[in-house]
Amino acid sequence: MSLWVDRFRPKTLDDLHYHHDLSTRLKALAASEDFPHMLFYGPSGAGKKTRINCTLRQLFGTGVEKLKIDQRVFVSPSRRKLEINLVQSSYHIEITPSEAGSYDRVVVQDLLKEIAQTQQVDLGAKHRFKVVVINEADFLSRDAQAALRRTMEKYMSNMRIILCANSTSRLIAPIRSRCLLVRVAAPTAQEIQAVVEHVARKMKFDVPPEASLQIAEDAAGNMRKALLVFEALKMQSPDLSGPLRIAKPDWETYCHKVAELIVQEQSPARVMEVRAKFYELLSHCIPPTVILKTVAEKVAERVDEALKADVMHWAAFYELRMRLGSKKIYHLEAWVVKVMCLYKHFTYNFDMSEFD
Amino acid sequence: MAFFQPQAKTVPKHTVDPVLQPWIEKYRPKTIDDVSAQEHTVTVLRKALLSTNLPHMLFYGPPGTGKTSTILALARQLFGPDNFRNRVLELNASDERGISVVREKIKTFARQTPRAQAANSDGKSYPCPPYKIIILDEADSMTQDAQGALRRIMETYARITRFCLVCNYVTRIIEPLASRCSKFRFTPLDPLSTSSRLTHIAAAEHVEVTPEVVTTLIDASNGDLRRSITYLQSASRLSSSADPPTPITPRDIQEIAGVVPTTVVNDLARTLGLDVSSDMIVDAVTPKRRGFDAIQKKVKEVIREGYSVAQLLSQLHDLIIHHQMLPARQKATCALVIAEADKALCDGADEELWLLEVAMQTYKALSR
Repeated sequence: MSLWVDRFRPKTLDDLHYHHDLSTRLKALAASEDFPHMLFYGPSGAGKKTRINCTLRQLFGTGVEKLKIDQRVFVSPSRRKLEINLVQSSYHIEITPSEAGSYDRVVVQDLLKEIAQTQQVDLGAKHRFKVVVINEADFLSRDAQAALRRTMEKYMSNMRIILCANSTSRLIAPIRSRCLLVRVAAPTAQEIQAVVEHVARKMKFDVPPEASLQIAEDAAGNMRKALLVFEALKMQSPDLSGPLRIAKPDWETYCHKVAELIVQEQSPARVMEVRAKFYELLSHCIPPTVILKTVAEKVAERVDEALKADVMHWAAFYELRMRLGSKKIYHLEAWVVKVMCLYKHFTYNFDMSEFD
Repeated sequence: MAFFQPQAKTVPKHTVDPVLQPWIEKYRPKTIDDVSAQEHTVTVLRKALLSTNLPHMLFYGPPGTGKTSTILALARQLFGPDNFRNRVLELNASDERGISVVREKIKTFARQTPRAQAANSDGKSYPCPPYKIIILDEADSMTQDAQGALRRIMETYARITRFCLVCNYVTRIIEPLASRCSKFRFTPLDPLSTSSRLTHIAAAEHVEVTPEVVTTLIDASNGDLRRSITYLQSASRLSSSADPPTPITPRDIQEIAGVVPTTVVNDLARTLGLDVSSDMIVDAVTPKRRGFDAIQKKVKEVIREGYSVAQLLSQLHDLIIHHQMLPARQKATCALVIAEADKALCDGADEELWLLEVAMQTYKALSR
């Protein structure tokens, strides 16, 4: 009994529900002998992973679905042991090098060279090359990306690389220029709605159009989220009728509460209170960027028009600091204090210039 | 006939070598005379080839201008295909190049006396001078220590080994190394040589390209020949694998290159209060003022489409800088904001926040 998201994940390129142009292109590419390196990019929940899997299946047939999980040990130059999980079939291998942190270069160098230098031995295989899928490619370090450059050209006959990333901004230009870029845009509300109704049909029940529309709008282009919410709602009220209340995830309501606190009162005591809440969120493994973004958007919603730009400006500023620094909580706090300061200045017309 | 075809297809699958070389490898220049543009460098190198004496060399310049191709072609012309293997050592960033490798691998290779010239199987005679060449590709990603270790090696074995460093940023090569080499700067290719090379390849591969496609290719690649060739190959792959084969359109190239469609950029610019009427005629009606919410909505929309923000910013930048009616002061402010955002994106900041930041700051600057 798996989740609907996994159960109704399309298996072949023909089953995909949207971006039909893209599907035909991928199909044509998979059919031709000449398959390039690829880079799939787009927001999360848009269906990048699904498309990669479908393409692999189109390339090699059902054999790619026989997966086994392996653990490999790599030795870094400083003799530290790194354990990396690999998901592989006999035709492809999937890695997430960012697991190795700053040692991802070692993983990329060793593993790719090893794969690249061995030829496909299975004579029944449809293609001579193996495919390496690299997840979270935008988190690869500069060194690792540089190591990919020449490897991608040199071992083209034995290996193809499929990169999967949220954005191309963080990938160095030489990598981008060696790949065929495939943009996977987020589905529109109508497309999500269609998928939700399709799932409902498969499960043999009816979903009222208002409900599916509401789910689609709430998901904001994230198919995974839409289907998860849909399943949760179905559990709550089996007939899906009447006014639906889409439950926000806990962390989101929590973030909203934090925003509320910031706008209500601006004092050192309040900062301490907010700090405790941030710690709570961080200890539940909510990424700090997501926290900052959610809280900032909520705060921006509640303050005066003139302040909105500033709130977002400082959010962007401290988010960058957060990436560069090591301790996230400092920057979250700094942002809170900055916003409170601005707010106070604005509402009471205090002259805060000397405190800056 | 119809049922013969699938069989005919399956039989040669594993007998025919399916090495479908990327075109950039296939059309790498074979001799230095084939190198596109870079007249100055080529003239100097041709002289060196005649006298068969080479200095240590440092090639630098932006990607895709032919640095690696030039040195490979030169080495091949000097040694011929048979001696190439034992006379040239090529190391790049995909190889381990820490200080230990410099001390062991490079040093051992450097101090070997060059082997006797092997007979040339292709019947041609090559100069084959009595030294070896070590090519350090992407040398700017070598550590300072590793570069430091090279200093003495370069001098000690200069009699029997020449070094060629290839890099993008000459400033990342330590001064003592740079001063031991004669430097060659590779400039971005001019549109004319790019287009002639592209049409040559297209003709050799039997791909039909219109002049518009070539122009789009050149625009999308900014003088990087490798990039434009890769785009051309991808486009031809897509168009030929479609059923029935379709001609390549400029739009295909843009999609492959990840260029954001002009309509999206213009739409965003319009939301920011920038006047982007196609005819650029002075209009009495100023664009409608929008607030924060409208801009935020627009930004979210763009992000959902999945365009690369870095690319979007560079296009927005071009649009603003080449705008005919904006005063210089506003342009400067916008450029400053975009530069800041570009740095932030390089450091790995969140795309949505920074696009919103750029949008708000530009909006503020434009409404002043």
